[in-house]
Formats: sequence, C-alpha cells, structure tokens
Amino acid sequence: MAGYAIEIILSRQLADSLNIPVFIVDPEGNLLFYNASAEELLGRRFEDTGEMPMEMWSTTFNPTDEEGKAIPPNELPLVKSIQNHVPAHKTFWVKSLDGQSRQISVTAIPIVGRSETFVGAMAVFWGAEKKV
Amino acid sequence: MKVILHGTRGAYPTSTPDNQKFGGDTPCIEVIHGEERLVIDAGTGIIGIDWDQYDPSKPLDILLTHLHMDHIQGLGFCKPLFDPNREVHIWGPMGGTYSLHTRLNRFLSPPLFPVMLRDIPSQPDIRELGNSEIHIGSFQIRSDFVVHPGPTLGYRITCEGKTLTYIPDHEPMIGHTELYDDDRWVSGFDLAYESDLLIHDSQYGKEEYMKKIGWGHSCMTISAEFATRAKVGRLVFFHHDPGHNDHFRAQMFENFKIFKKYPFPIELAVQGQEIEI
Repeated sequence: MAGYAIEIILSRQLADSLNIPVFIVDPEGNLLFYNASAEELLGRRFEDTGEMPMEMWSTTFNPTDEEGKAIPPNELPLVKSIQNHVPAHKTFWVKSLDGQSRQISVTAIPIVGRSETFVGAMAVFWGAEKKV
Repeated sequence: MKVILHGTRGAYPTSTPDNQKFGGDTPCIEVIHGEERLVIDAGTGIIGIDWDQYDPSKPLDILLTHLHMDHIQGLGFCKPLFDPNREVHIWGPMGGTYSLHTRLNRFLSPPLFPVMLRDIPSQPDIRELGNSEIHIGSFQIRSDFVVHPGPTLGYRITCEGKTLTYIPDHEPMIGHTELYDDDRWVSGFDLAYESDLLIHDSQYGKEEYMKKIGWGHSCMTISAEFATRAKVGRLVFFHHDPGHNDHFRAQMFENFKIFKKYPFPIELAVQGQEIEI
C-alpha cells in the first residue's frame, strides 16, 4: 500500500486547519479526502464514506445551473482541473443530502509537485451566504 | 551494515562542556558495509570522518537530506572535495524552481564561503533526487520527500536484507502530536516501514513542540508514535536541540519513557556512536 505524495499529505494538513470546505482528489479524480466543513456540505462524514470515485462525488450534490439544469461532471471545476491540469472556477447550485439547495462558488487548482508531477487537485467551496 | 553517528545536533553546532555527552556537531552519519561507505548529510559532523578508511580510487557519495545550514555547513571542510583526483558525487533534493547545483552554490560561494562551487578541486558531480530509487554499490537507496520546510528527503537504505531509515528533520503532522489513522497519509511512512533501525528527528519535548509548530521538527512522542506505526526494530532520537544540555536532554528522555512503553528499544543518539544493524 503506497503512501500519498507529500504534496497531497500537506494539502490534507492544510484542509484540516481550514474552516471552508475542501476536497482533495488524486489524478484519476478519486476523492481522497474532504474536511469537516465539506462534511456539512455533503451531509456525510469522511469517516463514514472513505474515498469516493469521481462518478459518485460529482453527482452526489446534484449540481445545477441558475435555471435548475443539471451540470455534467466534466463542467465542474474540480473535474476540469483533473482533466486539463489547470485552475478552474465556477458558481453553481448544489443540493446536499439534507435536501437544502445552496449556491456555491468552487475554485479548483491542480497540485503539481517539485518533480513537475501532477499528483492531484484540490478544490475549495465557498457558500454564497458565507461572510467572514 | 554499520552506522556511525558523526553529528547528532540540530540547528547549530555547540561546544559547551555540558553538551559533550550527546555531541555538539550537526548531522552527518556514515553507513558502512565492508569496504563500501556512504556519507549522509554534511553537517559539521562530516569533519570527524576518518577519510583514510576510504579508497581514494573509488567515488565518494554524499547524500544530503536538505540544504538547511546545519546539514551542509561541513561541506566546505570535507577534505576529499579538495582533492582534484577524487571523484565525488553529491546527491540531494530537487527543487521546484532552482536546481540543486544553484542552491548549493549559494552557500559554496563568497561571501559565505571563499571558494566557488565551480572551483572546488574535485569538481563534485551534483545529482538530484526526488521520490527516487538508486543503487550505489551494494546499497539500495530509496528517497522520498517528507514534511519539513523546503525540499527535504528522507532515506531508506537497504543492504543484504537489513534496512536503515534516516529522517533527521521531520514534522509529520504539523500542529498535532498524533498521526492520521491511515498510514497512507503519514509522511515518511513508506520509508520507515519495518526498518531495522530508524534514526529520526526528536528535537523537542511534547510541550515545547506546541510552541514551535511549523518549525519542521518532531517531539519525542510523535517520533516514537511514527516508529510504532512503521513497525521499526529500533529507534534513535536524533537532531538534539542545541539549547538543551545533556542533563536536560536526558531528563526529557526519562520523562518521555514514563508515559508509555514501546515494543522496541529507543535511545538518544550519541556522537561517535557505532550501531551494527
């Protein structure tokens, strides 16, 4: 069982210390970790779900545009970051497992290590109502 | 395989009478198998190596974990580097922006050092490592990046079925004294797994660590937990804080041992110590 790249481990340590939802995925899009803030958004605890394949997490929140039209997975920022190895950003609507619809902004960045290796991506979620 | 601890002190060398027991030179260890030798890190401990034991007709390999001053400040005083007939390989961590050569040159050039790296008589061959596997003679060497400020490697060295892991500077969980439950999320875990000997950072006591979060070092507790999870055979606490004299360090170790028993021997590194694996 190989350990994760140091850049992924450090991303999790950062995510653990943030009070905004964070997802961390591997190069295939498997959701490796989401932090406590993201648990609220998902309505599930990471301890309960463990890792999730992209097909699962990308549809779990029912992402829709302003008109309620479903957004296909490959238009989600995190999926774009994984596929194209570039940053991506989008504002859209999600419905969490508690049934609530929320408008969120998502910013995803590719994680590229010192050896120029693409090791995954990280996304932060920002609720429209969130004020700091 | 035999390991000699030539420098065990972290941060900066010390020479006061009250820290002679564990030693005052900064990190350097020598790994020996028969006539084959490796040097890991080039702190001031490198100055104490008996170079007469080396065959000058064979390459000298120096592996650096990282380029913080306490791990390279002996390089400029390493005699074989100044022998124009000597073949020297210096291995170290690749960086994202600047090459290892460029970063080493910052130290080995005026005003910090009078001789430019390019003018060092042996013309050392600078070789970069990342998450790598290499062989040097009978030594199988794996390097992985570990959590510490700046590009930093740990090394796992295997020879004839015995394994040494050397991670002198390591803060596996920033701000915590417990590791993640899942081994895959533990920095350095694969390097240390089932090693016969682990030489690991343990600069602080637990309370002191909480005042020095993010400085890149471990306390004894997290070091021992890391070793437990990795199922090592023996643990050596390394990178002694230069602000801790022998008495303080020994007392800290005694206090650490009161709280928990571990299923493998643990000891404080002593400069000059030779360990057979």
